Amino acid sequence: MTLLQHDRGETSADRARARSAQGRPPSRRGSSASADDWRRRGEVLLLVTPALLLFCCFVLLPVAQAAYYSVWSWNGLTPLEDFVGLDNYREALGDPVFRGAIAHNFWIVGLSLLVQLPLGLGVALLLNRPMRGRALLRMLIFVPYVLAEAMAAVIWLLMLQPDGFMDAALESVGLGRAVQLWLGDPGVVMVTMMVVLTWKYVGFAIILFLAGLQGIPPELHEAASLDGASWWQAQRAITLPLLGPTIRIWAFLSMIGSLQLFDLVWIMTGGGPANASSTMATYLISQGFERFRYGYGSAVAVVLFAISLVVALLYQRFVLRRDVADRLGGRRR
Amino acid sequence: MARTARKRALGAVAAVACAALLAACGGGGGDDSADGETTLTWWHNGNNDPLKGYWEGVAADYEAENPGVNIEISALQNEDLRSRLTAALQSNDPPDLFQQWGGGEMAQQVESGLLMDLTEELPEEIESVGGSAAGWQVDGATYGLPWSLGVVGFWYNKALFAEAGVEPPATTEELLSVIDDLEAAGLTPAAVGAGDKWPAAHYWYYAAVRECSEETLTQAGVDLDFSDPCFERAGELVESIVSAQPFNRGFLGTSAQQGATSSAGLLANGKVAMELMGHWNPGVMSGLTEDGEGLGEDLGWFPFPTAPDGEGDQAAALSGGDGFSCSVTAPPECADFLAYVMSPEVQRGFGATGAGIPTVQGTEDSLEDPNLVTVAEYRDQAPYVQLYLDTAYGPNVGGALNDAVSLLFAGESTPADIVAAISSASS
Repeated sequence: MTLLQHDRGETSADRARARSAQGRPPSRRGSSASADDWRRRGEVLLLVTPALLLFCCFVLLPVAQAAYYSVWSWNGLTPLEDFVGLDNYREALGDPVFRGAIAHNFWIVGLSLLVQLPLGLGVALLLNRPMRGRALLRMLIFVPYVLAEAMAAVIWLLMLQPDGFMDAALESVGLGRAVQLWLGDPGVVMVTMMVVLTWKYVGFAIILFLAGLQGIPPELHEAASLDGASWWQAQRAITLPLLGPTIRIWAFLSMIGSLQLFDLVWIMTGGGPANASSTMATYLISQGFERFRYGYGSAVAVVLFAISLVVALLYQRFVLRRDVADRLGGRRR
Repeated sequence: MARTARKRALGAVAAVACAALLAACGGGGGDDSADGETTLTWWHNGNNDPLKGYWEGVAADYEAENPGVNIEISALQNEDLRSRLTAALQSNDPPDLFQQWGGGEMAQQVESGLLMDLTEELPEEIESVGGSAAGWQVDGATYGLPWSLGVVGFWYNKALFAEAGVEPPATTEELLSVIDDLEAAGLTPAAVGAGDKWPAAHYWYYAAVRECSEETLTQAGVDLDFSDPCFERAGELVESIVSAQPFNRGFLGTSAQQGATSSAGLLANGKVAMELMGHWNPGVMSGLTEDGEGLGEDLGWFPFPTAPDGEGDQAAALSGGDGFSCSVTAPPECADFLAYVMSPEVQRGFGATGAGIPTVQGTEDSLEDPNLVTVAEYRDQAPYVQLYLDTAYGPNVGGALNDAVSLLFAGESTPADIVAAISSASS
């Protein structure tokens, strides 16, 4: 929304400048100008309609529907007749399982940033240097991200079975004592899940960082080395600041993805054992769909939506704002 | 000024467009036109052979005898079928004939006026399945017919039992000592797919059947009142079994049927001595061994042991099955075709596939697998059969029950917690 407004503001400013450049006095705005205006409106309508259609059908409508259903006790079959007000929200927020699920989500948000940022940055810096087999390495690192979630989940599920591939591999290198019930122990399952998530998504961070690194003009590094800066100094003073926007956008995508995490967890553990790996989305499916409590499930969905929205807005307000302002300011000049 | 006007115009256009689009995506729903031809849509969960092919043959035979009737089959995987069915039943275009598991879920569909009352339509067929129809009845009216009904029991490895020198236990006391003896022989006594929750919950259902009188159980299925102390005793019985630690390593994350490390796979590959599971287990197990044979001759079956102090009928069976219902909008041919599906010849053919246990009395002789014959005999001798409690209580209370029992298996809840969980879900 904000982007749209910015763009519109920009075009009208551009137009004003164009008009004054042609030296046309404002009083002479006649029929041709208004025809021009209508043409522009038509253009906007034509270009915006498809996106608007999709947005309405698949975003606005479901959100509104979920909000509406969330105040009913409804099994999906009967007519909506049992109005319960905010009871569904009260029940969800009071349920220790759901609160645990929210905690798991934020745990994943935090750990994803803490683990994937240094790891992704390090690998990206390495892969940005000229070396033999670089293209192959880049491809290999990106493979897990391209693999479908469901497939990755099934592969890990099979490998992590008791006495499965992972246990055998550890034993064969003499680490038999490190073997755990990877997915069967409530105290271990979240750590297992973090390893799998990192394996799956760090490739995305690396590819984004690599793209960001390519955008840093080599002249800066040349100048720095002429001035006698060490490699570390150059990374700290040049690479990191210039990579900032990329890192901030990646962190944003990672956070939203972590909050909405579903498929990997659902296939590997279903949120178990004993709810130890549940996320808001797995809780939603198991409580809403599997128990035919569509009203309650909708309330959970609204809570998930609200949390994601608040996180997104706060992040935009306090972290991304500078990037957006910089970009627009730069263009106007 | 011009900007505000333009903004407003754009806003109005956007609002109108949005409203129009919302209307466009809200629509849908077709209507079948019947011009002398009748089309029956049939959704079932037999998405694998032999059942898939068998139902196709049944439909083809019926079409041949009844010109003008076309049967459109959708064979869907069980869980897929469940979710799609819920959506389809809410729409204007539900399937005509579809899989029906009975119990509380069906009662909700009846309450919503979605099912055809078969009481008057198919009196003979209802008669022919006897007491098995109970799970498919609401207030004395029949809304579905079960074509396969099996009972839950222990599937065990005869060779491993012989190795440990134990016999199938008759009482729960004996079960605990069998567990000890198997452990002493260095074997893993039992497998349970607690990751899927319901396999663990089966222990509680059966314990409730043993501890609670038929009357209490039936009444609880109607008013969802679990205040009778027998429900807590059921949890205590399960707790005593769990605390004997008979289960496979990592059972909290074990699935019931997926792969060789699932509970069925562990039994099939001789890694554990027994598993509490439904009548379909031999079929599942054979798919999980390399030779496709399962345990073969070594596979045996014994019923859930009795709890001599319990108030329940000690010969009662915990069962569940597959039925079909007609939707209320289905053409009359639906009931007619269902009558054909329930005819003795089709039921005998079904029994011969080994995919389940036929329900029409007198057709059990079509069973070829000796273990299924044992299961069918136990079912037929039972004074009553109790539908799986999660099915009987409906998805909401049933789901809460399965969750609570699996927490007990994880050592994170008590027998009293289970009763509290299902009581609060039902209120």
